[in-house]
Formats: sequence, structure tokens, C-alpha cells
Amino acid sequence: MATEADSSSSSDDIDWRSESSSVEMSRRDRLEEFYRHSVYEPAAVAWSDRRTRIGIVILSVYLLMALVEILGLWRDPSPSQAERLLPPFQNWAYPLGTTQSGVDLLALIIDSTPFILLMVLAGGVWATGIAVLVGTVSGYKGGAIDTVITSVSDFFMAIPGLPLVIILAITFSPENPIFLGMILTINYWAGLGRSIRSQVLSIREASYVEAARTMGTGTSRIILKDVLPNIMPYVMVNFVLAARYTIFASVGLYFIGVLPYTGQNWGVTLNNAYNQGGLFTMQALHWLLVPIVAIVGLAFGLILVSQGMDRIFNPRVRTRLTGESESVDEEGENESTSTWV
Amino acid sequence: MNYYLRRTLRIPLTVLAVATLTFGLIRLLPGGPFTQLRIQLIRQGVPVEQVNARIEALQNIRPDAPLWQQYLDYLVGVAQLDLGRSISLNQPVMEVLARAIPWTIFLVVTSTVLMFVIGVLIGAVQAYWEGSTFDQMASGSSIFLMAVPYYIFAVVFLFFLAFQLNMFPTGNAVDRGVEASLSVEYVASVLHHAALPILSFTIGGIGSTALNMRGNGIQVLGEEYVEVARLRGLSDSRIATRYVAKNAILPMYTGLLLLIGFRLGGTVVLEQIFSYPGLGYYLISAVQANDYPLMMGCFLIITVTLVVAVYVADLTYGLIDPRISAGDSDGY
Repeated sequence: MATEADSSSSSDDIDWRSESSSVEMSRRDRLEEFYRHSVYEPAAVAWSDRRTRIGIVILSVYLLMALVEILGLWRDPSPSQAERLLPPFQNWAYPLGTTQSGVDLLALIIDSTPFILLMVLAGGVWATGIAVLVGTVSGYKGGAIDTVITSVSDFFMAIPGLPLVIILAITFSPENPIFLGMILTINYWAGLGRSIRSQVLSIREASYVEAARTMGTGTSRIILKDVLPNIMPYVMVNFVLAARYTIFASVGLYFIGVLPYTGQNWGVTLNNAYNQGGLFTMQALHWLLVPIVAIVGLAFGLILVSQGMDRIFNPRVRTRLTGESESVDEEGENESTSTWV
Repeated sequence: MNYYLRRTLRIPLTVLAVATLTFGLIRLLPGGPFTQLRIQLIRQGVPVEQVNARIEALQNIRPDAPLWQQYLDYLVGVAQLDLGRSISLNQPVMEVLARAIPWTIFLVVTSTVLMFVIGVLIGAVQAYWEGSTFDQMASGSSIFLMAVPYYIFAVVFLFFLAFQLNMFPTGNAVDRGVEASLSVEYVASVLHHAALPILSFTIGGIGSTALNMRGNGIQVLGEEYVEVARLRGLSDSRIATRYVAKNAILPMYTGLLLLIGFRLGGTVVLEQIFSYPGLGYYLISAVQANDYPLMMGCFLIITVTLVVAVYVADLTYGLIDPRISAGDSDGY
């Protein structure tokens, strides 16, 4: 990489002054090159896709809400801070209306955004991280290591996720968002690891991997340099799916009142609305709908980004680098990756 | 045949491992259920000297025996289908679960089959008329459906169809007072009660199934063997079923195994919302009542159900795709 940048810079501008300035140039070039390759091009390609664009906008709203909460720009939720069951979009001091006990719903939603985002991130990183580690090692190394890893993940696949999480939640009472995210995806890695393994199995037979092996390149280097880049699109898509699973599972379990909680959050709000009469009258409908929109919106944003993410990794699209124009709308969508579970 | 034998032998091994896990959770965790059970019994006014005997009766574990003895006792109990006695319901755990299992399986199987069939059909049509208005609309809705968890559908249906319009019941699996038999009245009542749970559990999965099928379908349609089949003059229906559908669905079938696991776990939330008396419902009520024998029993049975379901699916996969029975060809 570095040598490539060096040679291109020296051929581009043949420097007649001195050696030292050429070194300076090349460092800046290298930075520029890095910016272009790793920041600008992916961003341009991602932005050129409508789905990613909408997804990024949606996710930004959530980041903004988290920021508002961290900086304390909106009031904290507390009972009887306003009229009871105020409908949404009536009183602009309480844009989303209030609950039966007079809590500002917008404050409730904003209040738990940092918690939820942190938990979702932790769940996604943990589940995909372990899956990639397990999948690549067992797929690439094979032999006894493979047998052991496969048996262990088979065992974890045989345990239904949510019931296990419920049992663990009772045992550990996780209230820290990062810990909770990890508990929720406690056995999510197993299935993902298996499918990554089967992809690695075919990659390890590719000619360039074999060439690297013949040249005596170390295993970890081959995995990092040759195998990982190939499964990266699949991993990114599945990162998003794991994140989605974390949201769904956490809100679901908060909703039925199994996870311990100290404050309010989307699932708890939904649970309160559901249990305290929100189901019976139309006046309380917004109380149910506001947390629902918050949940669905976040999941929708994540999925849109993952759908468009495919393009960032698709070299055919990237080399064309149409950037701003819409003409990238080629058949980049036949991803056979199973975006399923 | 070796493959089937190995596959079959793995079932008792997995069940053993899961039973060990539940035993570990009951017995070994500091401050875990076992300790809490003891505290609870003392608080209920059971004399201290009788607590051990009560725990033994409830959980099949002799608290004063050495650990290995407790473990063996527990395993023997599990093997004899004796999972202890439920504290809150005052019935043998196995009896409670035996009543609950059919309902859960009914929900999961019906909704998974419906989801798969509908999703595959929509995805196939999308792939065939790729880029059409229908394709774009369906893709958009599929992405949206993927963003909505099934329990949201459940809550919304419950709100509008059950509570506001009174079209569907809001709980239970059958009407009270209807005798369990194969009478029209009974079956109708069962279907009426299961309609909303099944509907919400099905809709949630259609989106991703359709998107997946669409991707596979487009890929298969571009393969050379489909072209060759056309040139050979095979009938359209034959090409569609034997060539395209089969090769597009097969890769999804493996994913189905994983999906069954997630869906079985998902009934916990679903059954709770609809007060549907399946395994998940009892799991949650056991959790809320601190009824550890029932809780661990539910967990164990849900896991065993999953193990058996995946096993059945694995075997049928071998029947559908002969390549798989050649042993795990990827085994190196």
C-alpha cells in the first residue's frame, strides 16, 4: 500500500528540487490516497444509493436524540409534568403527547435513546465479532479445531435464544446496556459463525489464498488480508441484522416485563401503555404508537443502510465511482447473501 | 447411513448438555434460583428442617447430597420425564408442559409454513418480473416488514381487531366450556383463537423470506442450465418447478433450521401477549411467580422441541437434496 503510493507520487510529479520534499509530498499523498479510498469513495458510493441515504438520515435522527439527551437539552420525563393523555401534535410543548400519568412521551423516547443505541451497538459488535473469529478460524484451520468449534456452536444453536436470555436475565439482572447487549445475543454468534465458516471453506480454496500459503505466509496474515475482505460485505449485513435482533429482543423482553429496568425505555413504555389501559381506548393509541415508531424507525434505518452497504463493497460499483449521479442504478442488488434470520 | 446415525446420536448428547446447563443454573450459580428457592420456602413459613425435603420434592435434588449425586439424580429425573413439581400451580411440571407443547408447536409450525410459502411465492414473482412495479412495491414493503418486530403486529392487531372491533378473542386457546374433540365447534374455536397469533407471527417473517427468494431466484434465472433447459424445449412449468424453484429454495431451506430456533424462542413474547397457553406463556408465568422447577422445565422442553425440530428438518433436507447425504462434504 505504502509503496504503491510512493511510486505513484514519484511518477506523477517528478521532483527536481530535493529528496526531502518528495518524502513530504508522498506522506501527504498517502493521506490523500487513504482519504480517497477509505473515506470519500465509500461515502460517495453509499450516498449515491437512495436506500442508504434515507437510512443514514434516519440513523442521524437517533444520534441527534442521543446527543440531546447527553447534553440535557430536553426535559427529563417525570410523572404529572403535563396534562394526562394529551394527544400528539396538539400542544407543541409536548409534541408527541403524554401518557396516562402525564409524562411527556418525547422526553421518554429521548431519555432512553443513548441506552438503546449503546445496547444495540454492543449486541451487534459482540455477535458478529465472535462469529467472524469462530467462523474464519474453524473454516480456515479445519481439522480438530474445526470439529471442536463446530460442536460447540451446534450446541449453542440448539438452545432457543430468548428463553435462555430470560433465564440469564433472572440470574444476572443486567442493567448495564453493554452487558445487556451481550447477554441478548449470547448465542446469536453460533448460526452466523456456521455460515461464515462455509463461506471461508470456499475462499480457502481460491487460487490466491493457495498462492499465499505456498509462499509461506502466516495463517493470521492470510485470514486478515485474503479471507476477511471477501466476507466483509456479508459480515456487515449480518452486523445490522444482529443489531436489529438486539432491538427486537430487548424491547420484546422489556415489553413482557422480564428484563430488569431502572428507568423507562421504549419497551417499558410500550409495556406500561399495554398494561395500564392503553389497549382499550382510542385516546391512548398514541401512547402505544410512539414507542412503536421509535423501535420500527431504528430498525428500518439500520436495514436500509445494510441494503445499500452492499454497494460499498462491490468493486464494480466502486471503480465506476459515479459519486453524485444516480446512474449507479445497475444490477447491484442480486446479493445472494442470506439476509434472513 | 453413517450421516444419519451420527446425526441421531447427537440428539441425546445435546439434550444431556442442555440438562447439564439447566442443572448448573439451578444449583451452582451463587444467589441463583436454588438459593432463592430456599429463601422463598423459609419465608413461606416452611420450618427450616423441612426445607431440604421440600426442595427435594419440588426439584428432584437432594440439597445435602454430594454434587455428583445431585447431578445424577437430576439426570435420572429428566430421563424419566420427571421434572419436579411446579410451586405455583401445584402440579407435576411434566403435566403442565404436556398440555402446553401442542399449542406452541401448532403456532410455530403453522405460521412458519405459511410464512415460507407466501414469502417464496412473492419472491418468485418478483424475481421473474424483476424491475416491474410489483417488484419495486414488494421490495419496499419487504424492507419495511423486516423492520417491524412480530409483537408489534400482535399489539396492533390486538388493539384494533380484538379490543376495538371485538372480532377476535383476546386470550386463551379455545372458548371456555367447549369440549376437546374433533367437533366442528371445537376446531372453529381453536382456529378463531389462533388466528391473530398466527397472523402476526407470519407477517413478520414474510418480508425477509421474499427478499431472500427474490435474490436467489434472480441468480438462478441467470444460470446457464436454465437457458439450456429452454433451448431443449422443456415446458415452462417444468423449468419453473424443477430448475428454478428447486435451486432457489434449497439454500433457504438450511436457513429455515436456524429460523425455527428463533421462532420457537419468539413464542415467549407472542404467547404472553395473546395469553395463549403454550410453553412460552408458562415460562413467563413461572418467571413471574419465582417458580423455578416450572421455569427450568419449560426451558428444557423448549430446547428439546427445537433439537427435534432441527433434526427432522435436517433429515428431510437429506431427502430433498441428495448432495447432503453424501456426508458433510464440507468436512475438512
